[in-house]
Amino acid sequence: MAHLPRRTHSILLILSFQICFSTIFAVFGSVFQEEFSEELLLKPLPDRKVLAHFHFETTAPPLSTSHGRHHHLFPKAIAQLVQKFHVKEMELSFTQGRWNYDRWGGFDPISSSNAKPPGVELWAVFDVPKDQVDASWKNLTHTLSGLFCASINFLESSTTYSAHEWGFHPSSGGLRYGTLPREAVCTENLTPWLKLLPCRDKAGLSALLDRPSIYRGFYHSQRLHLTSSEFHSSSVESGIVLEQALTVVLQPNSHKTSKTFSSETKLQPSWSLSSIFGRKVTGRCVLAKTSNVYLQLERGLVTELENLQKDNTITGPDHVGSGGLKDNPGFELSVRPDKMYKEVNSLHRKSSSVLYEYSIERYSVFEPFDLGLTWKFPVVWSCPRAPLHSSRFLMGSGNQRGTIAISFISTDLEEGFLSANIGEESCKLQADIFQVVPWYIKVYYHTLRVFVDGQPEAITNVVEKMHVSPSEDKVSPGVMELVLKFPCAVKSAALTLEFDKGFLHIDEYPPDANQGFDIPSAVIIFPNFQTSMHYLEDNSSNKSPMLSKFQEKSPVLSYTEVLLVPLTTPDFSMPYNVITITCTVFALYFGSLLNVLRRRVGEEERILKNSASKKAGRLPQLLSRLSAKLRGKEWEPPQSPSTSSSFISSKLLLKVLIVAGVAVFWQYYSE
Amino acid sequence: MGDSESESEAPKVKLRPIVRLGMFLISHSHLLSVVCCTAGVLTLLLLPLLAKNTYISENALMPGSANPMLSSQEVSEANGLVKDLTNLDLKPMASGIESQRLIAQYMSNLGAEVSFQKFYPQSNQFHPLHFFSSPDSATIRENISCSSFGLNTVGIIRAPRGDGKEAIVLVTPYNSEKIGLGEALSLGIAYSVFSLLTRVTWLAKDIIWVVADSKYGEYAAVDAWLRDYYIPVFSGLGTQYAEMCHGLEENTITERNMRDGFKRAGTMAAALVIKVVDRSEQFEDSLSIYAEASNGQMPNLDLINIVNYLAVHRQGLRIKVEKMWSLLNCKWLMILGEILESLGHLAKSLNPQWKFGIPAADYVEGTATLASSLYYQALGIPTGPHGAFRDYQVDAITLEISSRVSSNNKGRQNDFLLRGGRLIEGVIRSVNNLLEKFHQSFFLYLLTSPSKFLSVGVYMIAFALLVASLPMVAASLYAHANNLDPSFEKNKSNHPASAANELGITLRSWKWLYAAKKVLVVHLWGAVVLLLPYFICQIPNCTPTTSFVVWVLLSIFSLLILFWILGSPFYYVNASQPQQREWALLKSVTISAAFIGLCLMSVINFATAEIGALLMVPMCLMAHPLKLDVKSRKLRKFSRVACNLALGFIGFPPTAFLVFKGVFEGFDGISVSDFWNWLESIWAWSSATYLYIGMIHLPCWILCIHVILHPC
Repeated sequence: MAHLPRRTHSILLILSFQICFSTIFAVFGSVFQEEFSEELLLKPLPDRKVLAHFHFETTAPPLSTSHGRHHHLFPKAIAQLVQKFHVKEMELSFTQGRWNYDRWGGFDPISSSNAKPPGVELWAVFDVPKDQVDASWKNLTHTLSGLFCASINFLESSTTYSAHEWGFHPSSGGLRYGTLPREAVCTENLTPWLKLLPCRDKAGLSALLDRPSIYRGFYHSQRLHLTSSEFHSSSVESGIVLEQALTVVLQPNSHKTSKTFSSETKLQPSWSLSSIFGRKVTGRCVLAKTSNVYLQLERGLVTELENLQKDNTITGPDHVGSGGLKDNPGFELSVRPDKMYKEVNSLHRKSSSVLYEYSIERYSVFEPFDLGLTWKFPVVWSCPRAPLHSSRFLMGSGNQRGTIAISFISTDLEEGFLSANIGEESCKLQADIFQVVPWYIKVYYHTLRVFVDGQPEAITNVVEKMHVSPSEDKVSPGVMELVLKFPCAVKSAALTLEFDKGFLHIDEYPPDANQGFDIPSAVIIFPNFQTSMHYLEDNSSNKSPMLSKFQEKSPVLSYTEVLLVPLTTPDFSMPYNVITITCTVFALYFGSLLNVLRRRVGEEERILKNSASKKAGRLPQLLSRLSAKLRGKEWEPPQSPSTSSSFISSKLLLKVLIVAGVAVFWQYYSE
Repeated sequence: MGDSESESEAPKVKLRPIVRLGMFLISHSHLLSVVCCTAGVLTLLLLPLLAKNTYISENALMPGSANPMLSSQEVSEANGLVKDLTNLDLKPMASGIESQRLIAQYMSNLGAEVSFQKFYPQSNQFHPLHFFSSPDSATIRENISCSSFGLNTVGIIRAPRGDGKEAIVLVTPYNSEKIGLGEALSLGIAYSVFSLLTRVTWLAKDIIWVVADSKYGEYAAVDAWLRDYYIPVFSGLGTQYAEMCHGLEENTITERNMRDGFKRAGTMAAALVIKVVDRSEQFEDSLSIYAEASNGQMPNLDLINIVNYLAVHRQGLRIKVEKMWSLLNCKWLMILGEILESLGHLAKSLNPQWKFGIPAADYVEGTATLASSLYYQALGIPTGPHGAFRDYQVDAITLEISSRVSSNNKGRQNDFLLRGGRLIEGVIRSVNNLLEKFHQSFFLYLLTSPSKFLSVGVYMIAFALLVASLPMVAASLYAHANNLDPSFEKNKSNHPASAANELGITLRSWKWLYAAKKVLVVHLWGAVVLLLPYFICQIPNCTPTTSFVVWVLLSIFSLLILFWILGSPFYYVNASQPQQREWALLKSVTISAAFIGLCLMSVINFATAEIGALLMVPMCLMAHPLKLDVKSRKLRKFSRVACNLALGFIGFPPTAFLVFKGVFEGFDGISVSDFWNWLESIWAWSSATYLYIGMIHLPCWILCIHVILHPC
């Protein structure tokens, strides 16, 4: 009888939650509805490429309020997975290519949540007792591996995943993190991912996903993020939220006509949906609640365009743009946007980014949606970058030892920006590092050295907090979590850690001589810097899930490069040599051992004494005869009659001669 | 032990076969050593016959399986760069940094990441303490002036879908102060490939293009870049100087790229150094491959194979490797080649399946190539900038394309750029296909022609035969000296060994320790001689001749001092023991030391050991006191005396060097300073050959001379 009050309580809570955060639930009057929304964000990038970010979100109400285990839209596989393994939160990403933090941005929600390390990254928070977390993780990896046709099950072994305290994602113990940098990502991983969508790729925005064109891109990352509050520990029950995002960076086909290598800047390539994807949007997925396409213009671009507009107004006063950038001089849009949002500028920057919204509800097969962007003037802008550009590399050569170095170089951040965030005095720039190193790279954590602006610095001055769990051979990887505080005026900084390369057991090597072993990406987090883009909207009730996602405050996050460590590798292609050597050694050993064991010295000597007086061996006899002949003396046969033995030897000689003759004969006449 | 017991009881007892074999070898050591030595030399001469054709061992490389994508469009872009560079050179006002800026502009227009790397020239100095140590970043730069620095330009293409773990390096050295046409063309070739690679979709590894500023030498520039890549310095002098010398550049792009710091791209899979030389006497474009790195290390044979395959079968370039040109006109070599050819014909007529004969001209050419291959490996000095890569275990070769391009013939230049670019593209594509590192083919080999090689299993035979006689002779000498010769034993086996005799034998058997001490002292002296040049270099204003003379004098002086201090070990045992035994024991220990030294050296640098064995083994084997030979007036003895003197003359490293130099390059204008210069270059590159000469060859020579002049 305690059910009813608890339910009402939870409903109340949800309602309050809704009011506070204006989340996605307030739609057709009913809270307990499964919902699906599809959105696409397009963004021109400074280096003549286009970013396309697909965002699909499916929500299921809590189990207690829905119709048992039956779902309308929500994928059953995911729901079962959540039920079975008590997953509180999970993120799985498949990535091909590297995100270019310098050119594609490192300070916006897209880059910090969608730029992922190459290969597979998986982390999950479980809502189970601590001793069952590992078992749940193992089961989860196997399930996901089956679901997504990938070898995620390799994350099962304890050498590949790690549990950490606070470095990467704030959680309370039940978190496991693992990456597979070597995993190749292809369409076989995309298809199951698309199967989770209610319309698959048959209708709606996902129909744009033409495999050849998206895999031809420069970056491809498909991500699946899952939050659930099914279980008793959380007070808010929002059900399961499944967020699927696909981020691709594509190069529009620029016609090679304008290839001039003069110093003047080139016109950005113009593009349209049909030119970059090879398809058009032929209507929305009818099951989707919202189905929108956005075009985002970055701050830098908007500033440049405004400058351009100002120049134009000076020269020609008839172009006074009243409606913002709607009829700007820089580019032209083929479809007129339905709405335009401006970013709410909290930090008093010069300008703010602009978002155009297209609702594709009114488009159909007969009137497909094909957004095109044509540049009219060459524009050069730069994207917002993370406060420090981080890169990681290996130092040293050879097969014995090396050094991992992480270097930070400050990017061009406006001065006021830094000081606006933190107080003027004792200004510190915080950077968190989370790094997992496989056990065969034996990192000596005591060799950690920090250099700031080219000067060695005491670790205690820079490192605020540190958590290290050293690796254990064949059991667990080494995990390092660091909180660094640099002075704000830092220009460059570097961290070095020395390591020894370990030896693998013979069955741990890949089957052939390999290129090396990977050290997964380190995660660099700047917790003082929050990425959030707040767009001013007219009616806050009908908020799109993607924009609310952008609005969430999350720290700036970047991944470093994957490193390749060549380890000493035995040459497995020649096991034959080993077999031969072993057999020879064995034969020699056993031969001599047997010889020693069965030898009876006294007996032998007696026999030898007897025989020495009688006769010499056959071969010495022959030899002595030969030498006697050479010396021209008469050969004197030994005293004892040895006719039988000489007879045998001549017979043998005859046999050998006959065989040799036959062989020579055969050799000549066989040809 | 069991043997000796049984000997005393039953004299006719059969010994174990292995002991009998050893006794047989020792008793016939004279004959066997002569046979082994001649066989070793003969095998060396036969090596060109035994060379096998090269083949692509790693299937994943698949050279030439794809059509070249480099088109005339890239070539015309590259032509633009070549023209701009040559125009820049004509301008009187062009400063050094101007050309780097131009190249950087071209690179960044392609969408590559550009960075500059500033380095200061380092004088090659002899550091006796870190001779074998890896390249050290912390070397003290004493005399850096801000004006004298080199500036490398580095462009990186990130593979669109790659994971950035591996990279392929292209290096084009050029002199930023004076850009010749050849250098401009090499930049053009690299640029055409680079611009193609920014667009291709098949790239799996990043591409690094290093435009090395060879103002202070090609090797120095590449080495400086590699040092910054592998062993960067985060603090200390380097950065301080960089800050001190700042303010030279005002261009924003340059400034920003310099500050953005050093760009990296993963582990290097392979490196190609591209050079173009103007050789107007050539009738067609040809390609020379240089592969020898420090201490005779070679890149994987597959890398050479790809280049060879693509150049010959795809681009129709004539391919060359270095040859000893003077050997080509050798009469005796020609005759030998003809003899071998006729032998091959004979064998073929006997059995058509025996195919070992090659034409005499091929034989001579193969021998010349083999000789140069051996020489450059033995020298231990890298033959080009690729040597810097080998120090970091990266396979690298230098491709030197010689062209007949003149600046006015546009069509020819286009054709040349197209062919060169396609060759480089093909090689890069092959290496790009590679999933693993280079491991499949050989690392230890000698080339006899671009498409023929000798693997370690084959060329080892010659060395093994040469060296095999040494332990045998040493053992037989020892046995003779101790009267332990089995033949003696056999003769007087009947009379029982008395206790006194036993004692005498034990005393005599320990006598070799005196000889060993002497040998050790002389080898120590060799180490001292090795260190002397370090001090001689400190003397200011020294011509090579004077420093050589000083070195020789100091060496002799130190030898005398050493004997004086250690109580003149030469005459220590004279009184108690007969002289004859003494020299035999000394020779035996010397030979053993030489054997051990040669075997050790063959592991470090095979070619040095091979050449050293050719010089040393006959000398060691022949060494015999002159006094004994002169006493007995026989023709055989006199010939031995002559041989000894000749070998002793040739065995002395300076005379050996000068004689060989004279034979190959003509005797006019040869002086002792050449040897000093040669030696200086060897130690400046910290080659193991230097150690070999000082620690093994020179002491052995001294000991052999001592044996020859032994007073007995």
